[in-house]
Amino acid sequence: MATAEHTHEHVHYTATGLDNRKIAIWAFIGSECMLFASLISTYLIYKGRSIVGPFPHEAWTSPAGQVFKPILNIPVTSVSTFVLLMSSLAMVLALAAVENRGKPGYVGTALGNSKLWLATTAALGATFLGFQAFEFTSFVHEGLTIRTNLFGSSFFTLTGFHGAHVTVGVLWLMTLLFIDFKRGLTPKDSLIVDICALYWHFVDVVWIAIFTLVYLIK
Amino acid sequence: MTDHQHADHAHEHPTWTQYKWVAIVLTVITAFEVWIYYTPFKDSPFFVPLLLILSAVKFAIVVLFYMHLKYDHKLFKALFTGPLIIAMCTITALLFLFSKLKA
Amino acid sequence: MATTAAIPATGAAHDASSESGLWSWIATVDHKRIGTLYLFTALFFFLFGGLEAFLIRLQLAQPNQHLVSAEFYNQLFTMHGTTMVFLAVMPLSAAFFNYLIPLQIGARDVAFPRLNAFSYWVYLLGGIFITVPIFFQVAPNGGWFGYAPLTTIQFSGGMNIDFWVMGLQILGISSLAAAFNFITTIINMRAPGMTLMRMPMFTWMSFIVQFLLVLAFPPITIALVFLLFDRFFGTQFYAIAAGADPLLWQHLFWVFGHPEVYILILPAFGLVSEILPTFSKKPLFGYHVMVYSGIMIGFLGFGVWAHHMFAVGLGATADAIFAMATMLIAIPTGVKIFNWIATIWGGEVTFTTPMKFAIGLVALFTIGGISGVMHSSAPADTQQTDTYFVVAHFHYVLFGGSIMGIFGGIYHYFPKMFGRYMSEKLGTWHFWLNFVGMNLTFFPMHFSGLLGMPRRIYTYDAGQGWEKFNLASTIGTALLVIATLVFVINFLKSRKGGAPAPNDAWGAGTLEWSIPSPPPDYNFAEIPVVTSRYPLWDLKHPEMTADLAHSGPDAMTITDAHATPVHEETGHKTAAELGIPMPFPTVKPLFTALGIVIMFGGLLFMHLDKFALAMTITLGGATLLVGSLYAWLTSPLE
Repeated sequence: MATAEHTHEHVHYTATGLDNRKIAIWAFIGSECMLFASLISTYLIYKGRSIVGPFPHEAWTSPAGQVFKPILNIPVTSVSTFVLLMSSLAMVLALAAVENRGKPGYVGTALGNSKLWLATTAALGATFLGFQAFEFTSFVHEGLTIRTNLFGSSFFTLTGFHGAHVTVGVLWLMTLLFIDFKRGLTPKDSLIVDICALYWHFVDVVWIAIFTLVYLIK
Repeated sequence: MTDHQHADHAHEHPTWTQYKWVAIVLTVITAFEVWIYYTPFKDSPFFVPLLLILSAVKFAIVVLFYMHLKYDHKLFKALFTGPLIIAMCTITALLFLFSKLKA
Repeated sequence: MATTAAIPATGAAHDASSESGLWSWIATVDHKRIGTLYLFTALFFFLFGGLEAFLIRLQLAQPNQHLVSAEFYNQLFTMHGTTMVFLAVMPLSAAFFNYLIPLQIGARDVAFPRLNAFSYWVYLLGGIFITVPIFFQVAPNGGWFGYAPLTTIQFSGGMNIDFWVMGLQILGISSLAAAFNFITTIINMRAPGMTLMRMPMFTWMSFIVQFLLVLAFPPITIALVFLLFDRFFGTQFYAIAAGADPLLWQHLFWVFGHPEVYILILPAFGLVSEILPTFSKKPLFGYHVMVYSGIMIGFLGFGVWAHHMFAVGLGATADAIFAMATMLIAIPTGVKIFNWIATIWGGEVTFTTPMKFAIGLVALFTIGGISGVMHSSAPADTQQTDTYFVVAHFHYVLFGGSIMGIFGGIYHYFPKMFGRYMSEKLGTWHFWLNFVGMNLTFFPMHFSGLLGMPRRIYTYDAGQGWEKFNLASTIGTALLVIATLVFVINFLKSRKGGAPAPNDAWGAGTLEWSIPSPPPDYNFAEIPVVTSRYPLWDLKHPEMTADLAHSGPDAMTITDAHATPVHEETGHKTAAELGIPMPFPTVKPLFTALGIVIMFGGLLFMHLDKFALAMTITLGGATLLVGSLYAWLTSPLE
């Protein structure tokens, strides 16, 4: 959507005084609302309609007598939710570090270390993905795949779509980190960090909705 | 000039103190949500509305402070809230149509 | 409203408009060239979809014919609908978005020129992807709405539906990318003084359409993802035996599908709103109301989808709510019709070809609108569902509405695009053949429909009272074929042989007519400072805009080095001579688009039991996509 290294001297005239790329990312986020609305609707519509288990919140005994526990692991997912929330904190600190580069209070302090915060955000995002990989594999071991039942299909697709968004975000953050190491991000680059941050936080708020609607509400 | 105000406005971000408090509030709400999940209140008719309100609060403070929509140009507010409202209405309408909600 | 100053360019500009040859088109990022590419490609697909329609009508001309097989007939009607909606009408509108929006708002290009090229290449490659299978008789055959579970692997084995699912997915990417681009362009690239309420009506309607695209495509994307997963990975979204709901697809599809109807018609409304004032020599009547009714149509468009599903039995409450919302939407639409009539009323009307088509839209769309109101009544609709009555209705709004408007737009803007007029004589022939042919084709369908003739049947028995109506429809279609041939001849001949057109070919009032025809690659040598809704009429015929609100140029702070009061530009200097920086031509968007198509195409081999090959091609495509995306984003624009 935008050049990562937009380093022209001249500034283009714009009707609102805002940058094109920031308008585009907000329009994109608006569109993403409808994307996740469709996924979440489907998950909720199919909730409780699966004919065979495993189920998210209830135990299930198969006709063959095999017993399945409720499959969602709330403690583990609570931790991964916390990790993602903290990544948002790291993200705002990364943006603040880039915006305030050279200002008092930011020079030579951890608060002004944009590389640290970008790396932290990416690492926390990767940790979240690690939790998701763990969750998915343990579900498969417990007998739930994307083919097992409606719950499996809609659960893996919804959370998988979210995971894919996190993956794109991690790659994006690593690209920014790479640029920061290569030439250093300056206050002039605030915008490209801001755009990435907006995307990242949006992915975070989607998870806030998913955590409540999928994991906590029966 | 108006645009200069916009431009300055756009860079008026929340402060470190606010960032910290937002993170604390998010953590506390999440912890509370998980805690209440393990209490008998889980079976109360108020459990679901409470959780929906709490997650809406979390959603809102991330959008307002971390995505600094509170401090940003009104255009961005419109670009986000418009689609968000249509998306929420669509979810609600679909849930009614599939009898997941009762009028 | 003025803002940050533009520092004059650094030099190194080059002139792309003088370049020609294949390469200059493949690597172009100029919105006018991309618009022209859209126009030619979409017209080609329009002819192709028309040919499919003609075959359908030949098959149905008489009872019990076997010109084509039942299976091939399924492919024909599926591809006719898919082609006309996604490959003809939407991209024809996109041709005008591309060409006109920057010119109408006084900009030198769109906000993201390379993203614009990307949208076009994705559209072209996606169009080829979904069209080619018909030559091998493996085209999609599940209807343009592809209802699941019919389209799941259980009921539709074979690769037909795979092409459809992935083709639409690819085309959706094109529409979404273009929509983000135009939203940003319209918000941010307007010339000084071009406030929202001074924007030409075409730009306004396009603006609304971009929001519809942005919000309507995600639901169908998700519905298609579910179908793709069901077909390729064994998920159960549409598996009824596993407890799935047979209505899930229908709901998700029509949450997209109804806004899509407005995506198809609003650009044509916009074109007509440019044509009628021009040839009535009067400003558009009720500009504000036109804007608000457009917004109202767009907004309500998201709350009426279930009127496509009255026959499935949603229950009385749901039926009543959606019926009322649907009736409500007739109000802003009717308001538009009356505003157009009031625009013509008392005007100095000249009946040029574009004017004829514009008036044709007003008349024919009204007929389609009225049968639409009939459908909004759930009990009546239950009778009409899946009959030819519905086919009559939506062809009146799509052919009588969108296509008439788009033809009007082509005749109107041809002089701007190619510097020459199209022939009025051939244009008049085209209009009347089209008008008569269209009515002869679709009006009898109201009757055959009410007599109970179902849609999508490949033949029918004699003695049900349908014969004469079907024959009339087929004769009408033959007239439409002749009409379209007249248009094609006119179009091709006029490009080189038409009468030369000046800047302002028709005496219109908006900015695009203040610059040379065809425009130079930088559009405006000096960005005009706009002071009213019809800047060019202010300049040439101030008496015509005396009643409109104006703000003097002195009230405008001109900070842009190139901004000047509205004027006519006649110079033919190159961008380099003027020191205007132009974006570099690039093929990176093309390769990114190619990556996407290869990525999807690879999955096809999974159904040929070549899993390793499928994954190799898909991952190869993904690598190409990511690689060229990085190359694109890290190279400077200009």
